[in-house]
Amino acid sequence: MAEFLAYLIAGLATGAIYALAAIGFTLVWQTSQTINFAQGEFVMLPAILILAAVKLFGLPVWLAVIAGIAAFIALFGWGFKLVIVDPMIRHGVLPLAIATMALSIIMKEGAKDGFTAEAQRFPSLVPQETVSLLGISISLQHVAIIIVACLAIGALQWFVTQTKTGRQMQASAQNPNVALILGIPVAQMVMLTFLINAALAALASILISPIYLAKFSNGEVIGLFAFIAAIVGGFNQVRGALAGGLLVGVIDSLAAAYISTSYRLAVPLVLLVAIILVKPEGLFGRKEERGV
Amino acid sequence: MSASRVDGVLVTLIAGAAILWFAPAGMGRYGTYVLSLWLVTAVAVMGLNLTLGIAGLKSLAQAAFMGIGAYATALLTTKAGVGWFSAFAISGALCFAAGLLLGFPALRVKAHYLAFVTLAFSTLVWLVLRNEQWLTGGVFGISNIPRPVVFGVRTDNALPFHRFVVAVTLILALILWWLVRSPWGRAFLALRENPVRAASLGVNIRAYTLLAFAIGSAYAGFAGALYAPLVEFIDPSPFQLSASFFLLLMVVAGGSGYQLGPFVGALLGVVLPEWLRFTGGLYLIIFAAIVIGLLIACPQGVLGLIERGWTAIRRRPMVGNTPVKDAV
Amino acid sequence: MATVLEVEGVRKHFGGIAAVDGVSFTVEEGEILGIIGPNGCGKSTLFNCILGQLLPTAGRVKLDGADVTGLNPEDMNRRGVSRTFQLLQVFPELSVRENLILAGQEHQGTMLGRLFGPRDAGLTAAADRMIGFFKLQHLADARAGGLSYGQQKLLDAAMAFMAGPRLVLLDEPAGGVNLTMLGDLKERLKAMNAEAGATFVVIEHNMDFVMSLCTRVLVMAEGKVLAVGTPAEIRANPAVIDAYLGH
Repeated sequence: MAEFLAYLIAGLATGAIYALAAIGFTLVWQTSQTINFAQGEFVMLPAILILAAVKLFGLPVWLAVIAGIAAFIALFGWGFKLVIVDPMIRHGVLPLAIATMALSIIMKEGAKDGFTAEAQRFPSLVPQETVSLLGISISLQHVAIIIVACLAIGALQWFVTQTKTGRQMQASAQNPNVALILGIPVAQMVMLTFLINAALAALASILISPIYLAKFSNGEVIGLFAFIAAIVGGFNQVRGALAGGLLVGVIDSLAAAYISTSYRLAVPLVLLVAIILVKPEGLFGRKEERGV
Repeated sequence: MSASRVDGVLVTLIAGAAILWFAPAGMGRYGTYVLSLWLVTAVAVMGLNLTLGIAGLKSLAQAAFMGIGAYATALLTTKAGVGWFSAFAISGALCFAAGLLLGFPALRVKAHYLAFVTLAFSTLVWLVLRNEQWLTGGVFGISNIPRPVVFGVRTDNALPFHRFVVAVTLILALILWWLVRSPWGRAFLALRENPVRAASLGVNIRAYTLLAFAIGSAYAGFAGALYAPLVEFIDPSPFQLSASFFLLLMVVAGGSGYQLGPFVGALLGVVLPEWLRFTGGLYLIIFAAIVIGLLIACPQGVLGLIERGWTAIRRRPMVGNTPVKDAV
Repeated sequence: MATVLEVEGVRKHFGGIAAVDGVSFTVEEGEILGIIGPNGCGKSTLFNCILGQLLPTAGRVKLDGADVTGLNPEDMNRRGVSRTFQLLQVFPELSVRENLILAGQEHQGTMLGRLFGPRDAGLTAAADRMIGFFKLQHLADARAGGLSYGQQKLLDAAMAFMAGPRLVLLDEPAGGVNLTMLGDLKERLKAMNAEAGATFVVIEHNMDFVMSLCTRVLVMAEGKVLAVGTPAEIRANPAVIDAYLGH
């Protein structure tokens, strides 16, 4: 039982990180129909940028973190929207999705060739210790991840529902035409979701890299799990992406412990197929009308 | 006008095959190998071009299907003693069946769910290839894959095998050419351009979508069956998810929906890096950046760009004596 | 005369709003029924409910007496109901002839037969007859996307008739068509009805077009049937004049 709870907490921690990535993915999908196949690389890269700032420019860690995140948000929030999404979206959803695949290759190969192909240690915010609580050994790092991720998601939820800008953003996502008529600056709101997406990805990167090390190829698995989380959650809601992320994280952790380490990846994949078969609108999604 | 263009495709295919038959003269083993690899890749891209370019579906498992074909052929020819031709057919059939099994649940929901299901499938295939050592050899792969004997002629050397690849590629390309011009091809095109209207005309959207995907996947299986004896040693790495992305980029680069597009795309993806050796590992980045540039400037790819340039030249009244006739 | 289509109490709600609110009517063999009504009165939604693009919230749709409520558009088409859409929907990359062949091909033989059987046997001839009927001969091999708007509208309508349907639903066939073309279109539709015995339902805003084409007219307002009758009766109906024609 104690063992089970420990795996559960570890799963919630990685799940919280998948949730961050899945929420960003969902936001960007909602406002601009961008299926970002580079989402995993978005989580991989910030840690690499930070390490590069430390190793190549000799910045102190705290400054490197700030500089790395700022550079990432500028490049892959603002720049991504401006250089890739804006000129492409007029050609339709498909070319844009393919462009994000090309982007994922560029990011991955860029990290490998521009920095290193080796996995790198990444500084952790909290000591890598475990404490014993009621007979369960809990990693402080996992607890910290859950707390930070929950705070971030809580803040986002507060922003979206309680502030004027947040509500405008929501309106722009749900019905851009009506939002325009209401005088909402839709273009800025869409841009805002891209910035939020980049910020969430950067946060996820800082949280996950101390555990899994920073490596150019990390994006594949993270991206896959973020997609699964988004679909399981319903593809169209922050709430769903959060629940989907946690669920996928827990399932992954338990599968690794109790089923097979070499096939742990397969279990969430089976979940994905099961969801698509049984409840394709996702656990929290609304059924879509047969449309014209 | 459209009829003469389609015949252009046929003529180009046959003429191209004839040139490639003799092309490796003086190229040496490695040059010949690169040419063969180009064609094998083009076969996989052809299938994806049907799935994506003609039927408008995103499949992110083309490299995984190619892996299934390559491993099936390798296992059948090395361990089961099956001849290459039977292995080739079985590889294609396996991928066709896997395509049907995957596509059925995914396409029930929405076309873009196919992307996620194939993404998952891609990872699953890779896991199996890596973990099932007893069957696939794990990361050590399978070596000493024999090359086929065709009508009593051994194709162990680079040149005869290359010619064999040319012949098989030509046949596969001709079959696809025939398919696209058939009523099925018309239905595939209709469901890409306007599925709602197609359904209202009685086109069985799900059946055709599924078929396009399964046939496209079978082509990846055929490509795998050619790839295994070409490289003679296979391991899981060339069949990863990123390889599937790369094949998709080749479809787009060549010109999605154009019948000759796969050859151009594979040329850019496989042969050009050999000429641009000095760029080292950066070639993938360069290629991906080219594709993004193409997508922004001309989503119809290189062939679309050429077609656009060609019409621009023809429309200019100064050039040539033919009157500028607007068909519209 | 047999009843081809029976619509019984069809309702369609979007959220709390009833776009179609209990509509009933019948279509008899060989007639041309016009449906008119102000924008947003639920005409197109009604079509979509009949043809399975949308599932009706309540009510029944019967074709030749058989319940076909909720069948999907493909099945409806194979049962002999075809349609056009409000917005132009031809396949721009295919030629005029290929558009028509496509509209007919799924109604013959099996899928495998279509692939391996004799190529488009009879279909090409049928397509050419349709091309002749709609007077598009000079454009038979032209890309559909290159035709003028009015010509595309003609092709769109021709495609709906291609498979020899039991019933055709035309959604604003005259919308955006210029005056000369309009006469052509009306004449062709009338001929289709008179010579080929086609039965159809037409949604249209152009009042002259409807009144001179249709044998019966149904007026919708706010999702309900306001009146049904011959063009002359509708013109004289005070409720209709008040709700619609008066504006």
